Amino acid sequence: MALMAKARVERVGRGVTGACIALVALLVVTLVAMVAGRGIATFTADGIDLGSFLAGTTWNPHQEDANGMPTVGALPMIAGSFSVTLLSTLFALPIAFGSAIFVVEVAPRFGRRVFQPLLELLVGIPSVVYGLIGLTIIVAWVRDAAGAMGQTITGFGIFSSAVVLAIMVLPTITSLSIDALAAVPHEYREGSYALGCTRWQTIWNVVLKSAAPSLMTAVILGMTRAFGEALAVQMVIGNAIQMPSGLFTPASTLTSVLTMGMGNEAMGTVYNDVLWSLALLLLAMSLVFIMIIHLIGHKGAAKRG
Amino acid sequence: MANFDMSAHVRRINRQDRIATAVLVGIAAFVMLMLAAIVIYILVAGAPKLFDLNFLTGKPQQFKEGGGIGPELFNSFYLLILTLLISVPLSLGAAIFLSQYAPDNAATAVAKTAIETLSSLPSVVVGLFGFLFFVLYMGWGFSIIAGAVALTMFNIPILVRVIQQALEDVPRSQRDAGLAMGLTRWETTIHVLLPAAMPAIVTGVVLSAGRVFGEAAALIFTAGQSAPVLDFTCLDFSSPSCPWNVFRPAETLAVHIWKINSEGVVPDLTAISNGTAAVLMVCILAFNILARVIGKYLERRLTSE
Repeated sequence: MALMAKARVERVGRGVTGACIALVALLVVTLVAMVAGRGIATFTADGIDLGSFLAGTTWNPHQEDANGMPTVGALPMIAGSFSVTLLSTLFALPIAFGSAIFVVEVAPRFGRRVFQPLLELLVGIPSVVYGLIGLTIIVAWVRDAAGAMGQTITGFGIFSSAVVLAIMVLPTITSLSIDALAAVPHEYREGSYALGCTRWQTIWNVVLKSAAPSLMTAVILGMTRAFGEALAVQMVIGNAIQMPSGLFTPASTLTSVLTMGMGNEAMGTVYNDVLWSLALLLLAMSLVFIMIIHLIGHKGAAKRG
Repeated sequence: MANFDMSAHVRRINRQDRIATAVLVGIAAFVMLMLAAIVIYILVAGAPKLFDLNFLTGKPQQFKEGGGIGPELFNSFYLLILTLLISVPLSLGAAIFLSQYAPDNAATAVAKTAIETLSSLPSVVVGLFGFLFFVLYMGWGFSIIAGAVALTMFNIPILVRVIQQALEDVPRSQRDAGLAMGLTRWETTIHVLLPAAMPAIVTGVVLSAGRVFGEAAALIFTAGQSAPVLDFTCLDFSSPSCPWNVFRPAETLAVHIWKINSEGVVPDLTAISNGTAAVLMVCILAFNILARVIGKYLERRLTSE
């Protein structure tokens, strides 16, 4: 009798926990399906050409183009999103790798006790607060620095956004890099030291090399975060929907246009449909980033045998 | 090899090593200084408002000075609690299933991929899905409950990873001992694994609460951007001024910062944004410290017997 009850509890437990994960999976599938469904409507229902959406350089949905279609070239936002992502990664990378090496190789005790908890705090600062700092400090700095060199600019633009994003993705890349470096077996380092190598030679030739695939993963996860960040970027990029002509002129990204526009347009209008296409593009890019991470993971696993 | 000067080579690599170490220490110091500067700047800039009771409890103003953040403060905490009430059990179930029961098959792979996808989705996309599905399709309107579900989707991947890790970090021998005593898997999980993993789980949940508290992008299209004046004596659960009504719109602190800055009509905009950011920052700091204190306390209690 007791055994029967045990078996029943076991079945119920398994069923309930299984239902939890099924619900989560179902939500994600619904999300992808619904966003894709709305995003594709632009091309199926409204008849907008996919090519002119992806490659068009003019965004003005309330005006018709030569073919009598709304002008919805998304290239300015696509270019803006990629520029801020790449530039911010470029800014954050040396600092993230440098502090990860410091934590793992130079001062492990201090790193674990002090540096990593501080890093966690940096992750926890809300993105709007970063946006506010960007708006009140970084934009003003950029404007003043340009003013000192005799240039008059607003300070809003890709450069300022990239600086804000670099601060935001720094903890992500750093803590994943710390994990990557810490996973390098200790014997590798000892082998290198036994050959008479200095610490830096060991780091450069042995540790960084064997951690390379995981470090790549860290960088791409950082880029994923930068690409998808919405509010902080929207606050400092200047929100001018035009092809980016320089680092210091106002521009816009997929996320900034979405946050600005979605509230203003009624459901079912062409403008609204096109906004959903931008959301779909954003979704597709995150899926691409995940796929790249998987590819790196498989390659790394194959190499290690 | 004849003219290879060994001592010069050793001098050179030693110098390289010293320079590299100095650079690494410099980078780490730079990161810590930057973090300190950010936190101190936010707290100092918002200090005048931080201890101003009228600001903390007053209602926001749209066109004149002296607005408060009373409803926003309440909304942030209410939304956080609702989100945790939904996301903690769900993530616990999902994590238990993944670590204890998940068969090695295609369905498990799909579920794991779904959670991974969710973790790298931009929060603005999660917010837009929430808008489409919960606000419009389910007809909940801009509401606390729609916001809580969107935040749940944002929180689940973080929590599942933390809980799964905590369960897997329990020494294998404890689990084997439970199973060898004739306990079922479910009983082992509930009575052996969960208590042992509890410190790590609680720390993870409180840290995730800090993230949820500062999230804004997922909320602007779900919980909405308006804060009805709340009447705490109101017990009519369908009234928009009843604080507990989950179907009323609710602007949070983070959304408030974003909204007043993007509208830009409040005369004392800088003071209000800085004050709100300081309140957010204090809460995030409190969550971080709390997470560590509770984790340490539970660990001591559970391991002292």
